[in-house]
Amino acid sequence: MREVKISLVGYGVVGHGVVEVVGRKRKLMRDLGLDLKIVSITDHTGTVISPDGIAPEKVIGEKTLQNVKNSDASSKDIIRSVNSDLVVEVTPTNIVHGQPGLGHMEEALSCGKHVVTSNKGPLVVAYSRLKKLADEKGVMLKFEATVGGTMPLISLIERTLVGNKILGVRGVFNGTCNYILTRMAEEKYPYSFALNEAQELGYAEADPTYDVEGVDTAGKVVILANSVFNMDVKYSDVQVRGITEITPEALILAHKRGYAIKLIGEVPALTVKPMLVPLGSPLAVGSTLNAAAIYTDLSETITVTGLGAGRIETASAILSDIVSIYRTKQIDAIF
Amino acid sequence: MRLSMDLELQDIPGQLLLALQPLKEIKGNIISVVHHRDRKTPRGTIPVRFIVEMDRSKLERVKSELQANGIVVVRAGEERFIEEVTVLLVGHVLDSDLGDTVNQIDSTGFAEVMDLSLVMPGIDEPSSAYLRIRATGKEEILKSLAILRAVGAQKKLLVIEPIEAEAI
Repeated sequence: MREVKISLVGYGVVGHGVVEVVGRKRKLMRDLGLDLKIVSITDHTGTVISPDGIAPEKVIGEKTLQNVKNSDASSKDIIRSVNSDLVVEVTPTNIVHGQPGLGHMEEALSCGKHVVTSNKGPLVVAYSRLKKLADEKGVMLKFEATVGGTMPLISLIERTLVGNKILGVRGVFNGTCNYILTRMAEEKYPYSFALNEAQELGYAEADPTYDVEGVDTAGKVVILANSVFNMDVKYSDVQVRGITEITPEALILAHKRGYAIKLIGEVPALTVKPMLVPLGSPLAVGSTLNAAAIYTDLSETITVTGLGAGRIETASAILSDIVSIYRTKQIDAIF
Repeated sequence: MRLSMDLELQDIPGQLLLALQPLKEIKGNIISVVHHRDRKTPRGTIPVRFIVEMDRSKLERVKSELQANGIVVVRAGEERFIEEVTVLLVGHVLDSDLGDTVNQIDSTGFAEVMDLSLVMPGIDEPSSAYLRIRATGKEEILKSLAILRAVGAQKKLLVIEPIEAEAI
């Protein structure tokens, strides 16, 4: 049995999901030979540390760690000093400076700890630096949850499609935009109406700029460009246009001619823009779904679809990343 | 000589016979007739493509007889435009001189706007236009899209291109 001690940094929606999923899948993980223990959880209020593993029921009902913390050390101190093998970084995303996640990841990798994250910011800002640091320290940086949430994309390209030359990736990478466009097309709602509905249902933030202006999708394009295509690009290299100018009339016109309008991110073109997608295309997914088409030389086009966000869904991608780190060494190794 | 003809027929009985009549008179040999019922035009007509074995010198006579029978001859005897693409424009499409936008494509000589519909929800509100463009080849389609992109940037229009236009 391989014991894996995990430090969880960030205890918002995804952090809660990680605690829940690790708890729920404990037996399955043990059957696989992995004993996953969350030994510390940190948020902006403090840290809970328990070297034998934190019982999910002790923290899951707490919105923050205010009432259960037993340390006030800084998050970087915790990452460095707590005895852990792996850091799960799920603090809020900032794609301008990447903090606080960037500092957390650098600290963890420098200490020789694997990093698994759903936080796009640090990867958009400093992917090459983080990757180099991970390679130097002989540890892994895994980030499946940053692009397309639970939809397997990076691992699909890196592992399953290995041997293929990846010519490009195109996809619907933002569930909020997709929900808004779907509802506008279905109900002939104006944009502002559909946005309000998405906000009421919790699919869009009070300030939706990040999603609807294409910023979030562009962040994912940068991550794919840097990780899959080794491009070393920045956010400012992406040509971005959001969905705010789309009218219900445009959607109706498109639909009559057999097209949906989707916000499409594309690599290596480095574009984010609304595009016409044939209604029969596997990329023409509705509601909050994400979809990605991978264009390859041997396998032609492979399309995946799935939920791009959500507490449990994102945690699921994080769990897969954790397992893949240990599988790399034990099961899939080439001798 | 084998020639193709794109016609538009009204969706009422007897139209196909009217279209066949002039071909019969010049003893043309009809190779195929494809009825695009699924691609009804905004005018309510149905596109039909004929491939006919006939003497090219008789083409003008056939065209004028078809037109006299009330049939729209979209294209006859030429094989120039072989690629097509659909684009949507959103914004102040009409106020920003739609005629000029179309002309920028038409004046290239290698592409033309063959279908256009416009929806204007209200004064001062952004309108949407559907454009179907055809061109002499794939390269020319991409050039046309580049022209539209530049026009869009200049006239502050959102240009929505289809994903299949640019193969990766």
